[in-house]
Amino acid sequence: MFVVSIVIFVAVNLLPGDFAEAILGQGATPESVAKIRQDLGLDQPMVVRYFDWLVGMLTFDLGTSFAQLNFANFGGAGSVTVAEQIAPRLSNTMFLATVTACIAVPLAVTLGILAALYRNTAFDKAANMFTLSSISSPEFFMAYILILFLAVLNPIFPSLSNIFEGMPFSERLEKSMLPALTLTLVVTAHMMRMTRAAIINLLASPYIEMARLKGLSPMRVIVKHALPNALAPIINVIALNLAYLITGVVVVEVVFVYPGIGQLFVDSVKIRDIPVVQACCLIFAAAYILLNLTADILSIVSNPRLRHPK
Amino acid sequence: MSRLLTIKGLKIEGRSDETWNPIINGVDLELNKGEVLGLIGESGAGKSTIGLASMGYTRDGVRISDGTVEFDGIDLVKASAATKRSLLGKRIAYVAQSAAASFNPAHKLIDQHTEGPTQHNVAGRSESVQDGIELYRKLRLPNPDEIGFRYPHQVSGGQLQRAMTAMAMSCRPDLIIFDEPTTALDVTTQIEVLAAIREIVEEFDTAAIYITHDLAVVAQMADKIKVLLRGDEVEEADTRTMLSAPKEDYTKSLWAVREFQRPQQPSPPADATPVVSVRNITAAYGTTDVLHDVSFDIHAGRTVAVVGESGSGKSTTARCITGLLPPRMGEIAFDGKVLPADYRKRTKDQLRQAQMIYQMADTALNPRKTIGEIIGRPVQFYGGLTGAKRRERVNELLDQIELEPSQYYNRLPSELSGGQKQRVGIARALAADPKFIICDEVTSALDQLVAEGILRLLADLQDNLGLSYMFITHDLATVKSIADEVVVMKDGKVVEQGPKTEMFTPPHHAYTDLLLSSVPEMDPDWLSDLLKERGVDNIGDAAVDKM
Amino acid sequence: MSGLMFFAIVLIGLLIGAYVFRLGGQAVTGNAPKFRDMSFGEAFGFVFGAALLVWALYYYFQPKVLDTGVPNAGVVFFRWAVQGFIIAAIAAFVFRFLGRMVGTEGTKKLFRSMPLTAAFGILVIIIYAVVAVFAGVIAPYGQAEILGAANVMAGGDPALGGNPDYPLGTDQIGRDILSRLIFGAQNTVGIAFITTCLAFFIGGSLGFLAATLQGWLDQLLSRGVDVLMAIPSLIFALLLMTIASVWANELGIPLTIFMVLIIAVIDSTRVYRLARAVGLNIVVMDYIEAAKLRGEGLGYLVFKEILPNAMAPLLAEFGLRFCFVFLTIAALSFLGVGIQPPLADWGTMVRDLAPFINFAAFAPTAAVTPLLAAGAIALLTVAVNFVVDWMLHKSSGLKE
Repeated sequence: MFVVSIVIFVAVNLLPGDFAEAILGQGATPESVAKIRQDLGLDQPMVVRYFDWLVGMLTFDLGTSFAQLNFANFGGAGSVTVAEQIAPRLSNTMFLATVTACIAVPLAVTLGILAALYRNTAFDKAANMFTLSSISSPEFFMAYILILFLAVLNPIFPSLSNIFEGMPFSERLEKSMLPALTLTLVVTAHMMRMTRAAIINLLASPYIEMARLKGLSPMRVIVKHALPNALAPIINVIALNLAYLITGVVVVEVVFVYPGIGQLFVDSVKIRDIPVVQACCLIFAAAYILLNLTADILSIVSNPRLRHPK
Repeated sequence: MSRLLTIKGLKIEGRSDETWNPIINGVDLELNKGEVLGLIGESGAGKSTIGLASMGYTRDGVRISDGTVEFDGIDLVKASAATKRSLLGKRIAYVAQSAAASFNPAHKLIDQHTEGPTQHNVAGRSESVQDGIELYRKLRLPNPDEIGFRYPHQVSGGQLQRAMTAMAMSCRPDLIIFDEPTTALDVTTQIEVLAAIREIVEEFDTAAIYITHDLAVVAQMADKIKVLLRGDEVEEADTRTMLSAPKEDYTKSLWAVREFQRPQQPSPPADATPVVSVRNITAAYGTTDVLHDVSFDIHAGRTVAVVGESGSGKSTTARCITGLLPPRMGEIAFDGKVLPADYRKRTKDQLRQAQMIYQMADTALNPRKTIGEIIGRPVQFYGGLTGAKRRERVNELLDQIELEPSQYYNRLPSELSGGQKQRVGIARALAADPKFIICDEVTSALDQLVAEGILRLLADLQDNLGLSYMFITHDLATVKSIADEVVVMKDGKVVEQGPKTEMFTPPHHAYTDLLLSSVPEMDPDWLSDLLKERGVDNIGDAAVDKM
Repeated sequence: MSGLMFFAIVLIGLLIGAYVFRLGGQAVTGNAPKFRDMSFGEAFGFVFGAALLVWALYYYFQPKVLDTGVPNAGVVFFRWAVQGFIIAAIAAFVFRFLGRMVGTEGTKKLFRSMPLTAAFGILVIIIYAVVAVFAGVIAPYGQAEILGAANVMAGGDPALGGNPDYPLGTDQIGRDILSRLIFGAQNTVGIAFITTCLAFFIGGSLGFLAATLQGWLDQLLSRGVDVLMAIPSLIFALLLMTIASVWANELGIPLTIFMVLIIAVIDSTRVYRLARAVGLNIVVMDYIEAAKLRGEGLGYLVFKEILPNAMAPLLAEFGLRFCFVFLTIAALSFLGVGIQPPLADWGTMVRDLAPFINFAAFAPTAAVTPLLAAGAIALLTVAVNFVVDWMLHKSSGLKE
């Protein structure tokens, strides 16, 4: 896994390196191109640049934003480092993700277990149809539907999440409610389906039948026999879906103009601000890998076979 | 004797393709206190379904459509879920086929053991822990004081099966359902589980329903036997009567299976070149050796049975011969000439000469190809026949395996029964026109009657075509009926080898002896006699460990 | 606070209702097993469902226009949704009924075992395919044609700023929305379809190759795929699109082609994983061993022995991948880096038309336009998912 992450550093960095000049070439005089190249160290060989960047990355020095730098060179005031740009955005996104997770995880797991217990009932079928629909819909569709009903028709929450630093927590929560709900809808659906599948799989196992044949109450069968074994798959499901959140967050932040890292990423992509794109991409990838890794580790830890070796 | 369980006109249906199809068509059953009933039948006879139904339980997609199941005066079909719960585990207990899958992997054995007594308010936790240890001791589990504090995956299959019997006993129930408890075990392990179960059932005077497909096993365990066939009762009688004088034809045919004996082939001349000669093979998966210095010869027209329990290296030997697993040391010779170790380096003709028939006909035949294509491919590949000639040859082969060509040529494997699929597997091997065939447990997945047919077919083919067989099996009855020579393997080594007549007459190597004596016989006194003769500590794993 | 109070009262009411329901059921049916063994949670579920149904009925028959003359948009939307749902159900039912009557014995049998959701899915897919293929014939105007009036409202009612010529109105620069929707089917669906095929071609062939040959090739490919999969796909796509947009400018190749390639490559990693896993499951089968020992070549093994058995899971995966690709393209377009104007595309349309949504309270029909494009995307993916769900269920059911 660590090998993989190192290779990503290389992949992420080397790809944009090829065309850095092309970007600088836009709307700049030849002299300034040369100057900027020198400033940014782009005239050095790629490997050197890569290691510079990697070292910088590890010390949280993410380099300087091209866009800001250009601005500075053409008469603007002072340049802004990528780290300065990303830090507040990242904390905003983390806030959004946390709110979403707090709503989505308990909801999805409860619904998933219920659907598994009462499978093939009307409740299960309705839930199945609903989750399938919300998985299938693009995030922005869910987002606009929510805007339509919760912001425009019934003004409960604001449709634009213009949060800023120093805003009181309650207001902040209220403003990020719609994006969080959108993400919740999407993630819950995934998580619930996976939980349901995991539990159904589990309930079919012989030891559950054995527990029933021991005359235990349904509650005890679930809590004592199903749950300890279900923990591993459910944890796995949660981690995977949180990783999925990362993708969803980009679109949702754009819809609600939420000042998070996803919004920054898309904006940077549009103006081709390479260092920012790189840094954002790396943060997303790191979070994604970290969550997947957590899922792997937790599922190993919660497996009794591995916890109690022969 | 007082009546414990009465089943009247029990009908059970199973759901498939949106319709309910009958599984059990009206079976009656009576069981007195302390009595053991053996339920016997082939796969699909509905034995397990009846076993579960006698607890008032059905699996998902199965329902009791008619009849009554009266346990001690309570009709379990109509009883409420709460009533049933108060009986299950406390007065009726269940021992499943696969103990490894039926123990919850997340809890220690003793915690699962005490769950019944504490939940049914029969005994307190510490009391039932003590009782559990006592039961483990009675069932002769090693380290009874500690074994309960292990997790299921840390305990071997035979031990788990006994621990499950102990768990079933934890509330001292009136009735225990044993659902094929020894089917998944090796013969040497099976015998100690059988002895332990029988002893404890007798000691507590528990009634039991013992479900199995093995006649010899049920003969040891049951007071009376009920024979089932496709959801109907064939006949019921007490064990001795049933064994000595079965009434119905079907029952008789089940008994007759054990009598097939192929005459011993004449020994080859001393200077004959063996068709296949395995010379001092040592083979490894990864870095651990799994075969150690294995050698034996197979002569033309003869059958060599390779016998051993799971993990003894029988199948690995076959993989070495076919070239799938090149041996680390030693060589394989065919007609006196050494073969390349890797199958990819062998010539087409060398590959053609040695064919293989597999245990699971389901995985051995490509489910997307018709029988004609499956058999026709080697005909075309090796013989170069195409079009009408190929068709003709396939028909000929189908005739040889006793399947009507016009009827089966265009069918898919999924439309055939298990025995028919195995026959197609044989035909595919024959299509290459080989001299030598490896039969890897070809009958062990089949019901006895069907297996018998396959054995007869293989014997006929050998007579007509002069084939040599290497017959891999763990079933000594099969060895007795078909082998000319026997190779006994254990832990990747050849323990003993020789002509069948020698092998089945004493004196044996100690392991061969143990293996032979562990195979249950149809005599109801067999287990008692054996225990008397050898002593309880000299059977099963305990005896193996002493070697 | 009143909201919370209301909620608590309803909850208590439901709890009491559940208790009464169970007790009443037991009394009325003479303690039938169904009510006797019913848990309280189950009873609560029934009562809750019933309450929801009653509320929905009540809401459905609320007046469309409030006393103040302002349309009650919530009710309007709710009625549309319910009516749409019923129409869809009826259409699916009729379609399935026809399928059972017409066609060969094989298709009839297929339709007989089909749930309504799958029938609905197939129907929708067929309609989309027809619209996509014949977009040029069906659409009243060209996709990039700029007509006289901009910002015409949907609904075709001149009093509300509509125009009967443009039933769904026009966008900011005066292009007919209906025509663009229809062409969108061609562009978005077509491009997604091509991309998926490409992803399957790459991922599938490499996956089977890895499964059959194993050894170093398998190791190399699998590690490579691991690396690519470690980056979230939408993020990776966005990153590569940034690069591609520069190249596209320089080389003069349309960005859309780059997009197809990029998404195909990213998605082929998922296909590779599946193809390899399925392949590995088949490779361990004895019939493959038998074929290998017969001396068969690689081509025969892959195409004659493995591929026919891998078809079912691959087909299901094709459906899922298509949805995924489709959504990715839509998301990219929505973010402004996907399919480029003037080609009509649903993702772009949603972004462009989004401001209309704020008119919802006054003119329900106007707010619908951006949702139509988004809904078109959702409908197709839902339909495909329904069909895939059914296929997976069917193939898993056959094994038992």
